Amino acid sequence: MAEKLQKPRSFQEIIMRLQSYWAAQGCAVLQPYDMEVGAGTFHPATTLRALGSTPWSAAYVQPSRRPTDGRYGDSPNRWQHYYQYQVIIKPSPPDLQALYLGSLEAIGIDMKMHDIRFVEDDWESPTLGAWGLGWEVWCDGMEVSQFTYFQQVGGHDCKPVSGELTYGLERLAMYVLGFDDGNEMPFNDPDAPIPLTYGDVFREAEAQYARWNFDVADTDTLLQHFKDAEAECARILAQPADDPKTGRRIVMAQPAYDQAIKASHLFNLLDARGVISVTERQAYIGRVRTLAVACADAFVQTKAGGYTPENAA
Amino acid sequence: MPDLLIELFSEEIPARMQGKAAADLKKLVTDGLVEAGLTYASAGAFSTPRRLALSVEGVLAASPAVKEERKGPKVGAPEQALAGFLRSTGLTQDQLEARDDKKGQVWFAVIDKPGRPAAEIVAEVLEQTVRSFPWPKSMRWGDGTLRWVRPLHSILCILSDEAGAEVVPLDIDGIKAGDTTHGHRFMAPDAFSVTSFDDYAAKLKRAKVVLDASERADHIWAEATNQAFAQGMEVVEDRGLLAEVAGLVEWPVVLLGKIEEQFLDLPPEVLKTSMKEHQKFFSVKNPKTGRIEQYVTVANIETADQGATILAGNGRVLSARLADAKFFWENDLRVAKAGMQPWIDALENVTFHNKLGSQKERIERIAALAREIAPAVGADPDLAEQAARVAKADLSSEMVYEFPELQGLMGRYYSDAAGLPAEVGAACEEHYSPLGPSDDVPTAPVSVAVALADKVDLLASFWWIDEKPTGSKDPFALRRGALGIVRLLLDNSLSVSLSDLILDAYMPHYHKMNHEEERLVDADREMVAEHLGITSSDVTSIENQIYEKKKESGELKSSFSFKDIDLSDVSHPSADLLSFFHDRLKVFLKDKGIRHDIIDACIAMEGSDDLNLLVKRAEALSEALKTDDGENLIQGFKRANNILSAEEAKDGVSYELDPDPKFAESDEEKALFAALDEAETAIKPAMDAEDFSTAMAAMAKLRGPIDAFFEATQVNSDNQIVRRNRLCLLHRIRTICGGVADLTKIEG
Repeated sequence: MAEKLQKPRSFQEIIMRLQSYWAAQGCAVLQPYDMEVGAGTFHPATTLRALGSTPWSAAYVQPSRRPTDGRYGDSPNRWQHYYQYQVIIKPSPPDLQALYLGSLEAIGIDMKMHDIRFVEDDWESPTLGAWGLGWEVWCDGMEVSQFTYFQQVGGHDCKPVSGELTYGLERLAMYVLGFDDGNEMPFNDPDAPIPLTYGDVFREAEAQYARWNFDVADTDTLLQHFKDAEAECARILAQPADDPKTGRRIVMAQPAYDQAIKASHLFNLLDARGVISVTERQAYIGRVRTLAVACADAFVQTKAGGYTPENAA
Repeated sequence: MPDLLIELFSEEIPARMQGKAAADLKKLVTDGLVEAGLTYASAGAFSTPRRLALSVEGVLAASPAVKEERKGPKVGAPEQALAGFLRSTGLTQDQLEARDDKKGQVWFAVIDKPGRPAAEIVAEVLEQTVRSFPWPKSMRWGDGTLRWVRPLHSILCILSDEAGAEVVPLDIDGIKAGDTTHGHRFMAPDAFSVTSFDDYAAKLKRAKVVLDASERADHIWAEATNQAFAQGMEVVEDRGLLAEVAGLVEWPVVLLGKIEEQFLDLPPEVLKTSMKEHQKFFSVKNPKTGRIEQYVTVANIETADQGATILAGNGRVLSARLADAKFFWENDLRVAKAGMQPWIDALENVTFHNKLGSQKERIERIAALAREIAPAVGADPDLAEQAARVAKADLSSEMVYEFPELQGLMGRYYSDAAGLPAEVGAACEEHYSPLGPSDDVPTAPVSVAVALADKVDLLASFWWIDEKPTGSKDPFALRRGALGIVRLLLDNSLSVSLSDLILDAYMPHYHKMNHEEERLVDADREMVAEHLGITSSDVTSIENQIYEKKKESGELKSSFSFKDIDLSDVSHPSADLLSFFHDRLKVFLKDKGIRHDIIDACIAMEGSDDLNLLVKRAEALSEALKTDDGENLIQGFKRANNILSAEEAKDGVSYELDPDPKFAESDEEKALFAALDEAETAIKPAMDAEDFSTAMAAMAKLRGPIDAFFEATQVNSDNQIVRRNRLCLLHRIRTICGGVADLTKIEG
């Protein structure tokens, strides 16, 4: 126990402690999804697995990209590439709040010395057609996590309900490690032979991506890619469920969902390039949502999504 | 008699919902108990972030037995009728009583309903309450189907009396009622059992939970003001924030912190808004400097270091936020000092509405309108136009992007920074007002001109594209805008013709439509006619005049105004929008005790597009109708009017000639002639002078003579000359009264 309360010394140690904590709680510790996403929620382990009745329990780090948040590496707390830590458990266990608080203790936050609060925050993702109720969790006035009970994903009621925890890792680490400038916090052990800060790892790339995101990315190409992803998603989902080659039922929900993720990220890039007007914005979000909803519809037709030949409509 | 204690223990309930939830719990449970026959002496409800509690004292131990009598079919009625009655009462025929009724013998059922123990009723009522609780938003959790605001963990439900406490047996989707609860999440998390409300409240307090939200709020306020006072500071009062913060903690611990020196020069509103919106901090002011220099944050825990770690953490978050705000402020000031032009230009790319163009186009319209309005409100036209041009510039600023609620206010700061006249800055801040029925109304002439122009353009523009509010749908807040205009005109006693204002506001739309094409196509002409409430031939005639005028001046794109054109034969410009204003006025005056039919009676009169005149008339009529004479005059007037209308319809003529007193037969008839002469002499000059009270009083005086006339005289005399003369006399009543208000609209 004494060891548990000792402060972590680096960004990576916080990640490793979260990994072992949630592994100890029985979660499957997954690796990041291999695509560009805006948030950990986009990982199919959350979006798709929240659908249907099959129980699920997973935790993972998800590198996330928000092109409009780029600050050329100059901001102490904003990056266009950042990390989220994500936990998803279905059905949500009755002691999820206690489990969550345990994870904060595991990374060195002493509940007797800090002020932890659950402040109302209803979560809604217009691009995923999803919403849930929960809180943002405050530690001494700072938001350190989002805590959500999913009610709907892709237009489907979540039955049972998944409990989702999202930790903004940089902000949390800055607080736990005591740094006002995130670029200065140690990424690995500060006493390592080659100590590296968060800035050493990411700062240069941040400047490069900011320039590309804001000024260089070819908007015609991005727009074409968006249309391609949209078309491919629809084409995949239009295939019959039964595969003519293997003779097996294979509903390709996840490959289609990959295209939805792509479209979503391309929209974010177009947005950062400033070529999407206020009125067009809603239309694009609606187009991505249409894809996400169609993928959710397909996923519930898969075994993981709860499909059995008996309950087929 | 036992007392009832209920606690519903859950995960954190949103602060904004707690107060109403406690009240709903009390109402639903006590109503349910009473309906089932369980009366009680008193009840009180409480809320904390994690619990709703209800204490009901002096509940009946059981509901009283009741005898219910039900009347059935007649004796001898068809078999089926009797069978149905027996089924519905659950009795057999030999248990029925035959009694004498007005129409013969009738079967009566007398059903004895035994009393039920309180526990049984409480269990039923509480389950029903939990299952149908009116949360604004509720959710499911785990694999259950029960809905609550956040997962519901336990139910405490006991009935207690001198003999002790008894758990009410109850199970809602696996949550069994018991007599235990938990204390503070971190300071006293263990379960404990309770035997009564007093025991519950006392044990909670020992377990670091203050049950009563008002007690928490009082403690926070007292502690905050004390700590501030000790430092020579004052807490800025904010009741809404106090209630919210009291709903975020079970055990309030007040901490006072300092704002870093480098942020103290930010506008106080920015500090206040940032601290309140993001951190739920109270602002603390230094009375000597007048600046906000410190803050109060309320923690939910006592710590070994007296909150030092918590305060340090909060301070760091605040500094990061304020560093952003400072960055925005400094960037904005640079743009402001250079004259704000980039902001104004940027509004060209902001769509106001896809059928109405950009914000910049809207600003052009407002500027032209503000200039038109200026003389009528006593403002300098140049200043009004200038103010309108910069009033919305702050919408492009970084600060307003971050804090939209600071729009207008930041406009004033930036206008001042740009070195613009103080009146312009004030107009930037005030032109959105009034936003609601109790919001302050601007009085400075330039502010009034811009505020009116802003709202009139809003209304007229959406009317132009036919996007009017329907039912509960009013996405562009047009009702609020119209009420704003009503209040601006009334509070400032501005005599302005709304019809003229509306026409002025329509001009740029008409002009824009007319811009590309020299002449309108037929479809456009129809649309214009519809919008203006005139015929399309009127539009053609206006069009021709415009065309001639343009040709004469040799400049086809020159601006023109409907007012330059003779509109005498176009009598109802945009009656629809005007009547929308009248509807808003009715709602507004209803709150001031003036009936809608009285306003209708005045709207029918000429000049009712001048709201001040209309209200003066309505107030005078309302006063007059409160008198005995006034109230009865309406009856006399209506009688006269009804007889006259009926006879006119029958004879197919209008009796509009002057009646001749020489045909008057009775004294009462002669007296009425005299009274009408007298009334007319008094009313005419009073009306011309807009002295409505005098006119109404003179009209009310007619009550006696009219009543006496009808009492003594038969209008339909056999003598046709006399009859005709009398009908003409009634017509005079109609004309004289009708010159004051349209009394046919008065109800009753």
